[in-house]
Order: sequence, then structure tokens, then C-alpha cells
Amino acid sequence: MSTLSLSHFLILGAILFTLSFAGIFLNRKNLIVLLMCIELMLLAVNINFIAFSHFSGDMAGQVFVFFILTVAAAEAAIGLAILVVLFRNRDTINVAELDDLKG
Amino acid sequence: MNYLIAIPEIFILSMACIILLADAFFGRGRSGMAYGLSLVTLLLTLGFIVFFSPMITETAFHGLFVSDRLSELLKLFIVGVSFMVLVYSREYLAERNLFKGEFYVLVLLAVLGMMIMASAPNFLSMYLGLELLSLSQYAMVAMRRDSGVSAEAAMKFFVLGAIASGMLLYGMSLIYGVTGSLDLSTIHDVVAYSQPDKVVLVFALVFIVAGIAFKLGAAPFHMWAPDVYEGAPTAMTLFIGTAPKIAGFALAFRLLIDGLEGLVASWQQMLIILAVFSIGLGNVVAIAQTNIKRMLAYSGIAHMGYMVLGLIAGTADGYAASLFYTLVYAIMAAGAFGFILLHSRQGFESDQLDDMKGLARLNPWFGLVMLVLMFSMAGVPPFIGFWSKWFVLKEIIAAGYVWLAAIAVFFAIVGAFVYLRIIRLIYFDRAEEEVTAEASGELKLVLSLNGLVVLLLGIMPSFLLGVCLAVFH
Repeated sequence: MSTLSLSHFLILGAILFTLSFAGIFLNRKNLIVLLMCIELMLLAVNINFIAFSHFSGDMAGQVFVFFILTVAAAEAAIGLAILVVLFRNRDTINVAELDDLKG
Repeated sequence: MNYLIAIPEIFILSMACIILLADAFFGRGRSGMAYGLSLVTLLLTLGFIVFFSPMITETAFHGLFVSDRLSELLKLFIVGVSFMVLVYSREYLAERNLFKGEFYVLVLLAVLGMMIMASAPNFLSMYLGLELLSLSQYAMVAMRRDSGVSAEAAMKFFVLGAIASGMLLYGMSLIYGVTGSLDLSTIHDVVAYSQPDKVVLVFALVFIVAGIAFKLGAAPFHMWAPDVYEGAPTAMTLFIGTAPKIAGFALAFRLLIDGLEGLVASWQQMLIILAVFSIGLGNVVAIAQTNIKRMLAYSGIAHMGYMVLGLIAGTADGYAASLFYTLVYAIMAAGAFGFILLHSRQGFESDQLDDMKGLARLNPWFGLVMLVLMFSMAGVPPFIGFWSKWFVLKEIIAAGYVWLAAIAVFFAIVGAFVYLRIIRLIYFDRAEEEVTAEASGELKLVLSLNGLVVLLLGIMPSFLLGVCLAVFH
């Protein structure tokens, strides 16, 4: 059985992080996809923390992950609430149309 | 284990919950209740911070909470500035049907988040404090539910703030991997003495510095600031533009100096880039603005650049100058937004530069207060803004960055135009329609005190500077 090493997990974390980052800046259409990218970003960090925690035998990293998950849930709730307010006022959730404020 | 040092935080949390419940059950038709309770809470918290001060560095909650001289000074100013914010914003909120318990609960929770940040000796408590602050701020900006502009500002703030938190966390996870600890003092020792992998640490540092810059609103990570300042209701802008800057200093200091002082040569380079971009862009773009809230956003970006200069110096005196700059800026910015709130009334935001015309003729005393604030922001001696710039520049020159100081002075002169233009509008232009500002007595009283404090600090800067120096020696 082949074993997974720390670097496998870190590469997975880095790929997910980059994907979410690219998703945020490339996506010009839908705000919900943007919120999903933000969640993915936090999950990528969680993979890092769990991998480091597992391979170093220190539990603090896994505890941190519980807190990040909790905060991510609160963040998603607030993000969706703002999205609802935005949609009520503008009838669109298109990222490219968020351009009333500039200068 | 000494839980007494966390009494101020525990008290604010309890009161936030009590106010939330009291407002839900008895708040109908009594919107002044949450306001009054919040003011009392903040005043009592100030008392608790002084009364339960341990005088020495002490930790609680298994090393997740620390009380030292830096955290106490920061907390005093965070709570004090938030108190001013509440007084300034009452009438504005009442005129716009936003005078509700939610705002006060959000402010108290944000203050709690900032206080936790000020005494965070660990990545975990730092992150939780930061998120408590950020989430309250997002909700605050979106509170004006019938405004598309506010919703757009809130969405931009939310997305960019969440990216910043994500980057900060990614950096933290890498540092945790290299050093094997979340505790900042352990990280400090590992980085300084046991030669860990410098490449990974510097890679992580990039993410950490970017996250800090986002939260401070320093260029090139400043994109959210102008939009949020302009789009949010002025009362919320006032809050976002003042106290969180003090918390931002705590974030930068705890992570970069308390935790990663061993990498000082690396983060100095990154901070120099931040400082030059912020000072240059903030001062120049501020000139092109016609909305005064947007202008103050760019001015804030520039001021954060000057604040970072003190950290670049990398000495205890430099950190003290930087702390001094942050505290002074928070007081000045609070006064400037207070002046806008003084003149706004139902259906009139008073947030365009043209709205400032001739205000000194209508209201000579507050014209004078704004004169003091604007001269101070511009850095005209002998006002306090001059001294804060002077101390920062002195330290940066002592550290050998004369060219950086030259750039900072040049752009300070360019930026002075912005503040002098406001003084010209207030004093030498005529208003199109003469309407006397009608504001509550407490706003006038606190705004006058704010102006006086700025004036007195300018005459005697050595007092506050002595306090700041004592924190780091």
C-alpha cells in the first residue's frame, strides 16, 4: 500500500487554495460562485492545518480547524444575507454589474 | 489562572447579550434604551480596564489571552473611540430609521473582537477576534436595507475581507507547519533560535503581510476602503474608519513583531512596498475626490502608510512612534466624521465637498474644530498630526531609510492640498443655502472635546508619546 506523505496533503491544499483564488478573480458572473470560492479557500487552509497537525503529532492544529469551520459557517450566513439584501435592491447578482461605487 | 484580567471582555460580551435580549423584549418604542445601555457599558468597561489592570504581563485561558501594557493602552483607546462613535452617530441613525438595538449590539461585539485582538498571544485568539470584528462590520455596512449602494459596499467589503482572512489563515497554517506551534512567543523563539526553513517562512510571511495590509486598508490591498467608506451610512463609516485601525495596529504588531521578529529583514522589504504605495496613492488620489467620505478613505490609506513606516524602523522607539500615529489618527478621523454627521440631517448626507461651503460662517465654533482637525491631518505644526508624522520620520531616518522619509515628506506636502481645500471651502466660500446645523447637545459637547483633545495633544505631544514609549521599554 502506498503511503501518503505530508507533501501530498500540502499540494492538495495549495491546489484548492489556488483554485479558489482564481475562481474569485476570474468569475465575473455569479456572486454565489464567489461565496463558494471563499468557502473552498477556508477548506484548503483546513487541509493544511490537519495535515501539519497529524504529521507533527500536535493537536492544536486540529482544534484550530474546528474554530475555522464554525467561523466559516457564520461567514457564509452573513454573506448570503448580504446577497439577499443586494438582490432585493438590484434584482441581479451579477458581479460585473456591481459598479455603482468607483473613483 | 487569573480570569480577572479578562473581566472587561467578559463584561462587554455579557452586556451585548443582555442588550440584544432587552431590545428584543422591551425595545419596541424605546429605541434609546440600547443606546443608553451601550454608553454605560463602554464607560464601565473603561473603568474595568483600569481597575483590573495587572500592571505586569499576565496570561489567562491557557495562553490564549494576555494582558500587557500594549493591550491595555490599545483597549482604552478602542473603547474610548467607540464611545465617541456612538455619541456622534445617534442623531444620524434616528433620522434614517436605523436607530435600533442591532447597531449597538454589533458595535459592542466589534469592540469585543478588537479587544481580543489587542490581547491575543496566539494565532487562534487573533483569528477569532479578527473575525468577530469583521463579521460585525459586514453586517453594519449592510444595515441600511433599502439602499442598493450600501448593499454593494457590504458585498465588496465581505468578499475582500473574506479573501484577506483566507490569506492570513493560509500564512498561519504554513507557519504552524514549520514551527509546530500556534503560540506567538513559541513561534518567536523557534524562528529566532532554531534555524527553521526560512524559505517556507518567508512564503508564509507574504500571505500574512497581505492579510494585514487588507485589514489595515494599505495599498495595494486598499480596494475595499473607498467603496465601503462611500457606500456605508456615515455612522458606520465613522466606526469602520476609526477604532478598527487601532486593532489593525495590534494585528500587525502581534504577528510581525511578537511572533515573527526573526524575519524582520524580510517583512521590512514588504512593508516598505506597502508604505510607499499607500503614501503615494492615498495622497494623490485623494485630490481627485468630490465625495468627502471617499476622500477620507484615501486619506486613511495614506495615514496607514505613515503608520507602517514606524514598524519598518524595526526598533522599540519606531514601534512607539507607530502606535502614537495610530492612536492620534483614530482621534482625528473620529472628529472629521463627527463634523460630517453634525451637518447631515434628514434627507441630506452632507458628504460632498460642496456641502462644506461656508460652514464656518454658519457655525464658527465647529468651523474652528474642523480647522484644527484638518491642519492636524495635513501635518501643519504645531498640531498633533505634525508631531505624529515627525516622530515616525525621525525613527525611519534613524534606521537609515532617508530616501523613504524624503518620499513620505514629499507626498505629505502633496496631500496637504486636500485638507487645505476643505478649510478653504469651510472658511472662504459661500453656502448656496444657509441652514444651521441642528444637533443634539451631547454630539456638540463630545465633538468640542474631541477638537480640544487634538489641540491639547498638539501642544503637549510628549505626554502621549511618553505613554507609548513606556509600552515598549
